[in-house]
Amino acid sequence: MSSEVDPIISVRGLTKTYATGFQALRGIDLEIRRGEIFALLGPNGAGKSTLINIICGIVNPGTGTVLVDGHDVVRDYRLARQAIGLVPQELHTDMFERVRDTVAFSRGLFGRPPDTAFIERVLRQVSLWDKRDAKIMTLSGGMKRRVMLAKALAHEPRILFLDEPTAGVDVELRRGMWDLVRNLRAEGVTIILTTHYIEEAEEMADRIGIINHGEIRLVDDTAALLQKLGRRELRLQLQQPLAALPPALAGLPLQLAGDGNELVYAFDASGGGTGIAGLLAALQAQGIEFRDLATRESSLEDIFVGLLREGARS
Amino acid sequence: MNLHGVRAIYHFELSRWFRTLGQSIAAPVISTSLYFIVFGAAIGARMGQVEGVSFGAFIVPGLVMLTLLTESISNASFGIHMPRFSGTIYEVLSAPVSAFEVVLGYVGAAATKSVLLGLLILATARLFVPYTIAHPFLMVIFLVLTAVTFCLFGFIIGIWADGFEKLQVIPVLVVTPLAFLGGSFYSISMLPPVWQKVALLNPVVYLVSGFRWSFFETADVGVGVSLAMMGLFLTLCLAAIWWIFRTGYRLKS
Repeated sequence: MSSEVDPIISVRGLTKTYATGFQALRGIDLEIRRGEIFALLGPNGAGKSTLINIICGIVNPGTGTVLVDGHDVVRDYRLARQAIGLVPQELHTDMFERVRDTVAFSRGLFGRPPDTAFIERVLRQVSLWDKRDAKIMTLSGGMKRRVMLAKALAHEPRILFLDEPTAGVDVELRRGMWDLVRNLRAEGVTIILTTHYIEEAEEMADRIGIINHGEIRLVDDTAALLQKLGRRELRLQLQQPLAALPPALAGLPLQLAGDGNELVYAFDASGGGTGIAGLLAALQAQGIEFRDLATRESSLEDIFVGLLREGARS
Repeated sequence: MNLHGVRAIYHFELSRWFRTLGQSIAAPVISTSLYFIVFGAAIGARMGQVEGVSFGAFIVPGLVMLTLLTESISNASFGIHMPRFSGTIYEVLSAPVSAFEVVLGYVGAAATKSVLLGLLILATARLFVPYTIAHPFLMVIFLVLTAVTFCLFGFIIGIWADGFEKLQVIPVLVVTPLAFLGGSFYSISMLPPVWQKVALLNPVVYLVSGFRWSFFETADVGVGVSLAMMGLFLTLCLAAIWWIFRTGYRLKS
């Protein structure tokens, strides 16, 4: 991993083994750049939440160090934590509290003096100003999630952690959440999100880190990641089904699919030559005709699944 | 020192109390009144005096202690157990507050409620029996020390308990018996000699005795011994809490 200039979060050699003996993190090295949106992607149990919870102070670290804006999360926990706002995965709210009060509570808890004007700004930002005097228990799930976001923003953090921000949120709200996150980034807030929705990472993140079995398997710019690992496929719908690939085509990255009705040709999008012209010529020479063709770019999901398979094999 | 943080927790806890102010106040006032009707008026009239004090007045300090103990434990244990139960504790754990500040906020609020309740019960008792307080300053010190100590104890129970049933176990099985057997309604000297010795193992005896001394200058054990025992118990609770935060017991994995 290239060393960044002045990273806002710097994780070095971080391990964590729970009392049960489960090794959640096995030597994490990670740097988060100031002002970026970073997506941490991984299956359940990969270590995403453990990593976030250690950075935020909810779980004790094992070995290794975590610096937040230069402050050690254990030794200088006050300065480190003041910089961070956290929206956890679960909707943990004080049901009987009013929206405005719970946001004001969060601001105070993080050591900021009362500021009703700022609380109003935050509540307007998450479209909850109308609900400022409502008890949290009367709100919908989507509103509760925004209450949690308002609480996380109440102390004007420079870093925002969103643990599965759009889990169980409908499409419209998800779009709204994405817009909000982009606006926050525009204000200079660094955002780290974990997600299961690969679409979300692809859409939002400047960089993506993939974590599995407690290790960071890959960190790269979203576009570069897609390009580097992006395999493309050419799918040809055949006029007549083939029982088997003709021997003349055996050397090519070809597969028969759809009961012999389809030929799938895999190629590397980043390379210079795709070999498609040669393929088509070879097909013509064999008298194989097709009625339709389409190319498809592999999604982050394919990359992800591929990486996990690789991990499982190694 | 994150004073805004302490204030936020303290205010949050007190406002939780004020939301249910009716029941918070009515319950102890009604139960105290019942004690006075039964023990003070009905039975007390035939009891005569205990150590030179009318029985009705004699039980006032004991009753205050009884309520103070149970309310302190239940308030403080519930106050810290609830965020653990609902999950909102994540916010406190991720906030720039020290263990001391967390305890100051939660225990401070619970102790404030307890002291106010204690004073309320003293006022209620005054409606039923006349009594005087020989050492008001010392009385307040005992009140505050007991409230703080047992709120700390409640805080420990609230962290230890991993369910609402366990939250009730210690108060019901340990504290209530100790409080009733701790001389709230009688003087230890009324017991057979063997039981007088056994009673001295009960920490509540020292609380009630010292508190009662501040009213009537009669005590089962010396007032200095009472203060020393309270100091000891307070220290034990503080040590337990220090250990909890140092190890992250039941708070952080």
